[in-house]
Amino acid sequence: MLTNPLELAGMAVALALASALVSLLADRYPPMLRGIAMTLLGLSGGLSVIAGLSVLVTPAAITAQLPLGLPWLPWQVRLDGLAGFFLLLIGLLTTAVALYGPGYVREFEHGRDSLAALGGFTGLFVTGMQLVVLADDAFLFMVAWELMSLSSYFLVAYQHEHAANRRAGFLYLLMAHIGALSILLGYGVLAGFGHGFSFAAMRTAELDPTWASVAFVLAFFGFGMKSGLVPIHVWLPEAHPVAPSHISALMSGVMLKVAVYGFMRFCFDLLGNIQPGWGVAVLVVGSISALMGVLYALMQHDLKRLLAYHSVENIGIIFIGLGLSMLFAGTGHPLLAALGLVAALYHTINHALFKGLLFLGAGAILHTTHQRDMEQMGGLLRRMPWTGLFFLIGCISISALPPFNGFVSEWLTFQTALQAWALENGVLRSLIPISAAMLALTGALAAACFVKVYGVAFLGQPRSKQVRKAKDVSRGMLAGQGLLALLCLLLGILPTAIVELLNTIPEALLGQGLSKATSHGWLWLTPIDASVASYSAPLVLLGLLAAWGISAWWLRRGKWREIRRCDAWDCGFSAPNARMQYTATAFAQPIRRVFGLLFHIDESVTRGGDGWLKHSLHVSDRAWGLFYEPVGRLAIQAGRLVGRLQSGSVRNYLGWTLGTLLVLLWVIS
Amino acid sequence: MSPAGWGLALVQTLLFLLGAPLLAGWVKRVKSRLQNRRGPSLLQPYQDLGKLFAKEALMAHSASPLFRAAPYIVFGSTLVAVSIIPLLAVSLPTAAVADVIVLVGFLALARFFLALAGMDVGTAFGGMGASREMLVSALAEPAMLMAVFTLAMSAQSTNLSSVVQFNLDAGLALRPSFMFALMGLVLVAIAETGRIPVDNPATHLELTMIHEAMILEYSGRHLALMEWAAQLKLMLYGVLISVVFLPWGIATRMTPSALALAFGVLILKLMVLWLVLAVTETGLAKMRLFRAPQYLNLAFLLTLLGLFSHVMLEAGT
Amino acid sequence: MNLTQLPLLEQAVFVIAALALMASFALLAQTRLTASIHSFAWQGASVALVTALVASINGIHHLYLSALLTLALKSLVIPWMLHRLVRRLEMEQQVESITHPALVVLTGAALVIFAYWVALPIERLEMAGTRNIIAVSLSIVLLGLWMMIARHQVVAQVLGFMSMENGLFLAAVASTRGMPLVVELGVAFDVLVAAVLFGVFFFHIHESIESLDVDRLNRLTEQEQQP
Repeated sequence: MLTNPLELAGMAVALALASALVSLLADRYPPMLRGIAMTLLGLSGGLSVIAGLSVLVTPAAITAQLPLGLPWLPWQVRLDGLAGFFLLLIGLLTTAVALYGPGYVREFEHGRDSLAALGGFTGLFVTGMQLVVLADDAFLFMVAWELMSLSSYFLVAYQHEHAANRRAGFLYLLMAHIGALSILLGYGVLAGFGHGFSFAAMRTAELDPTWASVAFVLAFFGFGMKSGLVPIHVWLPEAHPVAPSHISALMSGVMLKVAVYGFMRFCFDLLGNIQPGWGVAVLVVGSISALMGVLYALMQHDLKRLLAYHSVENIGIIFIGLGLSMLFAGTGHPLLAALGLVAALYHTINHALFKGLLFLGAGAILHTTHQRDMEQMGGLLRRMPWTGLFFLIGCISISALPPFNGFVSEWLTFQTALQAWALENGVLRSLIPISAAMLALTGALAAACFVKVYGVAFLGQPRSKQVRKAKDVSRGMLAGQGLLALLCLLLGILPTAIVELLNTIPEALLGQGLSKATSHGWLWLTPIDASVASYSAPLVLLGLLAAWGISAWWLRRGKWREIRRCDAWDCGFSAPNARMQYTATAFAQPIRRVFGLLFHIDESVTRGGDGWLKHSLHVSDRAWGLFYEPVGRLAIQAGRLVGRLQSGSVRNYLGWTLGTLLVLLWVIS
Repeated sequence: MSPAGWGLALVQTLLFLLGAPLLAGWVKRVKSRLQNRRGPSLLQPYQDLGKLFAKEALMAHSASPLFRAAPYIVFGSTLVAVSIIPLLAVSLPTAAVADVIVLVGFLALARFFLALAGMDVGTAFGGMGASREMLVSALAEPAMLMAVFTLAMSAQSTNLSSVVQFNLDAGLALRPSFMFALMGLVLVAIAETGRIPVDNPATHLELTMIHEAMILEYSGRHLALMEWAAQLKLMLYGVLISVVFLPWGIATRMTPSALALAFGVLILKLMVLWLVLAVTETGLAKMRLFRAPQYLNLAFLLTLLGLFSHVMLEAGT
Repeated sequence: MNLTQLPLLEQAVFVIAALALMASFALLAQTRLTASIHSFAWQGASVALVTALVASINGIHHLYLSALLTLALKSLVIPWMLHRLVRRLEMEQQVESITHPALVVLTGAALVIFAYWVALPIERLEMAGTRNIIAVSLSIVLLGLWMMIARHQVVAQVLGFMSMENGLFLAAVASTRGMPLVVELGVAFDVLVAAVLFGVFFFHIHESIESLDVDRLNRLTEQEQQP
């Protein structure tokens, strides 16, 4: 029954496109969007999952040529291991969003914004992402990339009544296009040496090291801007919060990963001979992104903005894995490079799953309480128990705690970094552990941040009336979250199976896979060798469940009744009310104080006219002042200089024309 | 991975469970003697735990189901963490299931739920304890990891059994990297287990506590589990330090005589270590919270020096 | 080359050299003056111990004299002089404020890595066991210079200068088995004279500008404008 996986992928693309078309009728018939468009999207997701899985299970690289595109430059598509993996990722999240969507978009049905736009652009967005992953030549890649960026721009600016949303959308569009330009130039370099725009031609291109580095820098800049590396990440925390929540989940969960896919395809597949210096650059940028991302996330009290900054952090972690892989590949250690690559890929799918879950949860809270500000939330666990449970699973996963999936990818990344002793260069052997220490700091700060998020939003007492009256969301929305939560657990308990699936990718890209990773059966994960490191996730889960279960059973014998309730002890103070709790800002204050250098903090206490004291605190991104304002000033100055050409005098313009004509004549002769 | 090995792992875990309150009692006794007091008996912690288990557990009106589940999760995670440390014998099957990075992960899981439990009832003390605990642990992580790295890069494995075996095989070797890693790890252990000078385990003054603040609302068997988990964590760090850095005496064969010798040597090492802890606690005062980052930076610097010593002085070119 | 294959005394050399490096960091980050002076004394003692160990490993007897001289000067006499100075200027309780101590220490760590990288080609030459001590001594020199830049207090700057000399001495001892005795005596007396001169200057500076903060030395020009 299994037809060609590439045909399945093609059907998935067609279904996503169909979902977009069907949504055009949604303004007239809202159930169209809810019912049919979302179902089509879900089917598209399911087919993507099947297509991706089949290419990973039975390694293959299937190509085809489409009858579209320019006559001398037809579009070519290819489905190999790497593309299949990312197709799987897109499919999983699309399915979850399709389950979640119908319940969520209900609130837009009575609003001013067009439902057709929402559904149409969602479909186009998914189509664009799928085509980017399937593209086998630069032309189709760029067309699909543009489709992806433009449709997501319209989704970001969906609720365009607010000026802040419009500004966020503009910033997003601007930076997406700067990045796209850089990527196009990178492809241009490769195409120049390879004499053709197809990836097959680029693979055979012989580049000398300087041009290879130029291409690498262009691709790193372009793909890094789209995935959100510091300091070119500033669009992320503006754009992701303002989009509708299921779109934020798709953007954070999938679109950033498509950018990672682009980078991997460019460097590992098309460029080929990786230089160790590139690995060092990627490692350094990744480490800085991870640390700065989590520090800025800690300072936020807008839930979605906080999650957006965490995406910056996790992309940094993925690039740490990629950087280590490139370092090892460049210095001739293919096995360790494969390990780094597998760690990065594992973290990619993990992040897609738990970030998607967290955004869907944030959307559920937004749907019920219309609140994005954590300082107004509280006590939601008792009012929204299922959402609370799934959100807790997301929090545990993103904090990299066993037995969930976040821990496995972090373990693999640490194991890769630990193999630094195999390098000859002593300086690298000192730098890699420092980078790993930064990763450890990042992980601990991420756990701190999610204690803050969960503690302030779901525990304690509600801080506002809307939150006090919250109820749990509809079954569809819960199903979407539940699916992702279950996958988080499964990817945490069965790492060996996942690593075996992933093994085809390093074999194709680097020529070597992790041969011994699964050699001890499905229970044990031994990435390099059993004597070096081993991890048995199922046994760990068993041990944890046994410890919890035995202690619970032993203590509760005969005491299976309701526990008596009383007032909180609170050291004897009278009944605490909601305003006496720790706020999100207060929770993060020690960390803000310790790391104060790295933020731009505006804090002031002013005395109002009526004697009241007013405290204001504003923490903003240092990148604006350090990078963007100077660039902006330069651009304005350059513009002014060029503007002097516009003198208004006809004779001046004729003079310029004569000068250009003379130069051209001289050049021709 | 023989059944005898798994049986030994179980016995070791039980030893940890039963020995942790005794060690807590020993350190309290020594501190009292140093302060010229008679002090409680060595078995007092057992009596305290027994009393708490017998009492009724109460929950605040605003507590959620997580409040009720957290003590079991914290206790269970710490228990699983102690089961992977070689106590009596070097080869331990559970050490292959989870290595030293997973150990850090288990402790992080316990701490996550402890902090959440602190925030659950919605009082200011819980939030304060949770916020401070996450700060201290976040700053201690890099130092801990750097020490782990130094050990793992020398032994070329993260499996605790392999690391201990490597140290045993090396004999008496003066390694600057291990020296610095030991110093850094001791500082980290004091911070993570909440002893003076980072946190005062005996205080119940609101503004000076970190760990006590998070478990303030617990009573009865829940409080007993939390206290026991804290004692287990202290013993965990003590055993980790003594077994990894001073491994002589640990049993390499599974014969009764070797195990008995290992048991005796272990008791001796732990008693000396706890004596040093008690003397330090009596001699130092608790630091204010915002000096804790400096303290942890010192720990990180020491472990970083350990790594540099390893790369520059010990490994090849 | 494995550390454990070396004899115990050579391993001890590594350990003590690492302790000297740690003393350098302690000097860098320590804001209390008396504690800084004690760290310097410990650094001097560890350098002297390394000298003695190298002497006993290789059987070079004049190095014992060298070790004794270093111990007496660097570990006892000069710290005592500085201590006496601090007491006479009533600066014992002073704590210097470093703006960002974490940054200062991290830069120090980066300097150590840089020193190691610079010293790498030297290691390729055939030198037995103590080759990497050169990287450590270069680090101590660089850290001493960085200390002179990062701290405002004049006493701290003197300590930085002296610790640079410690680093050079350690390099000489470890790689070339010590300098000729005449050279060592000369250097040692130079250092002693420098310490005496510093003491004299401290008083003058303190009387002129009422503080020992080098950033305020530019106030010396203003004195001429006063009637």
